[in-house]
Amino acid sequence: MQTKNKKTKFRYVWNFPGFGGWTAIFFGFLYIPIFILVCYSFNSSKFAMIWTGFSFRWYAKLFSNDDIQTATINSFIVAFAAAPLATIIATFSALALVRGGEFRFREFSSGLITLPLMVPEIVTAVATLIFFASLGINLGLINVIIAHTVFCIPFAFMPIKAALEAMDPNLELAARDLYSDKTSTFKTITLPLLTPGILSGFMLAFVISIDDFIITLMVAGGGATTLPVYIYSMVKMGVSPEVNAVSSLMLAFSIFIVTLYWFFNRKIKN
Amino acid sequence: MNIQGENKTQNRILSLLPLWIVIGIFMIGPLLVMAVVSLMESNVYGGVHFKFSLSGYRQILFDTNLFDEIEFNPAYLIIIARSFMLALAATFLSLLIGFPAAYFISRQSDRVKNILIFLVTIPFWTNLLIRTFAWIIILGKGGVIESSFNFFGLLDEESSLNLMYTNSAILIGLVYSYLPLMVLPIYASMEKMDLRLLEAATDLYSNRIELIRKIILPLSMPGIIGGSILVFVPCLGAFIAPDLLGGGKKLLLGSLIQFQFSYARNWPFGAAMAMFLLALVILVLIFNARLNRKHREYANQK
Repeated sequence: MQTKNKKTKFRYVWNFPGFGGWTAIFFGFLYIPIFILVCYSFNSSKFAMIWTGFSFRWYAKLFSNDDIQTATINSFIVAFAAAPLATIIATFSALALVRGGEFRFREFSSGLITLPLMVPEIVTAVATLIFFASLGINLGLINVIIAHTVFCIPFAFMPIKAALEAMDPNLELAARDLYSDKTSTFKTITLPLLTPGILSGFMLAFVISIDDFIITLMVAGGGATTLPVYIYSMVKMGVSPEVNAVSSLMLAFSIFIVTLYWFFNRKIKN
Repeated sequence: MNIQGENKTQNRILSLLPLWIVIGIFMIGPLLVMAVVSLMESNVYGGVHFKFSLSGYRQILFDTNLFDEIEFNPAYLIIIARSFMLALAATFLSLLIGFPAAYFISRQSDRVKNILIFLVTIPFWTNLLIRTFAWIIILGKGGVIESSFNFFGLLDEESSLNLMYTNSAILIGLVYSYLPLMVLPIYASMEKMDLRLLEAATDLYSNRIELIRKIILPLSMPGIIGGSILVFVPCLGAFIAPDLLGGGKKLLLGSLIQFQFSYARNWPFGAAMAMFLLALVILVLIFNARLNRKHREYANQK
């Protein structure tokens, strides 16, 4: 009897009472605001804060709002340009840094990659604004694309680096042993094995680009408004149910991509 | 052999070249231009006069009054102090909320652990602006909290709790924004923890509080430090939370900098403030690197 008692206590050692409940509150804190936002987007009332009934009315209204559509298209143009650019740069950098062994610019190059993560976003935003303005570069969306490419690089880099580190270098050596030249080894062995990592990097870069607000707000001139910047101007004019609807759609989109990324990565691991 | 070696160096440089060009021109370039602008005279119409001046930096502490005399002006110091206090408070609160959650998650089975960690990361990948805006619906006038108070008769229709546009509202927004960044590193250091230590300590009559204080806390210290820096640094320069939940009335460093470029049009002052923020962040990162090195040396000695 006593041993049994001791055993249950023994198993309990690393379980602290109340931590489970605390974690539930923690997740509630993270998700309840998002949940409330989505609920209110189905509110039929004209006033965002007062609940009068369920309706798709504000979602329908989005489709007749030209400004929102232009902003959405801009967001996609930027993300579809910046994310691939960042992914390509990140892939080449990862190949050099992981497979290149020790060399002189190694530390310097990894420092460059993490730089956009270290500098506060508002500083990057303001600095890029001054940079473009003082050089007189005013190319509309292209300015935004350049700025996005810069801060997407570290996010694209992380999964690609991880995939490269997990890859067995012996596979490449074996191919070389079997008289495959460098280019064809890269094409037939390295690249196919690395593709899932590259795709993951692309997805993260894409989400980061689509969601960016502060840097776009400062860098984008007239006519280059992206969806988050447009949402900001709507919120500033006052909370409307339309904002809730478009925000819910954006949240759903990001969550969808990230979930896709997660399942994708889990498949690789298995 | 030699030729191959040269070839290899060439390849490395070729594959790193795009990185150097893009980050060099469009990240380091702007920072350098900003440093130059911070040392110039302001132009009333926005932009700058190309004339060396320290007025941008002087303005952080001093003001010129009507009689052209230089006067000490604490207004911006107060903003800096407020940013510091709020960032510290947000970091501490995140630690308080995140630490038990990180521990609980780290003790689950692999399957549950993966799902819970995924749930922690989702908010990080969603739009910060939208997540902060959700709090306006909750805290705002006639929002979720006020209408539930109404419902239970704790508040009459006309009056308001005035939850928005306060330091607490900003604080909630900051904690909400960066909480996942606190949990992830702490979780990472706890996951590797040797559970036998807890068993051993319990066998030696340690109680739960001693377990936390003497084993779990010291062993998760790298994660706690890492998480604190990941939360503290973005809080210091936060723009969205003070702007939306503080209503632009309670300026913080981030919103003050943005204000100089959107409405005030004082570029040198804004650039000087941005340089100041950057210097603060670099100091924090150096401090972090030192701590990490000490920790590693300590671990190696053992």
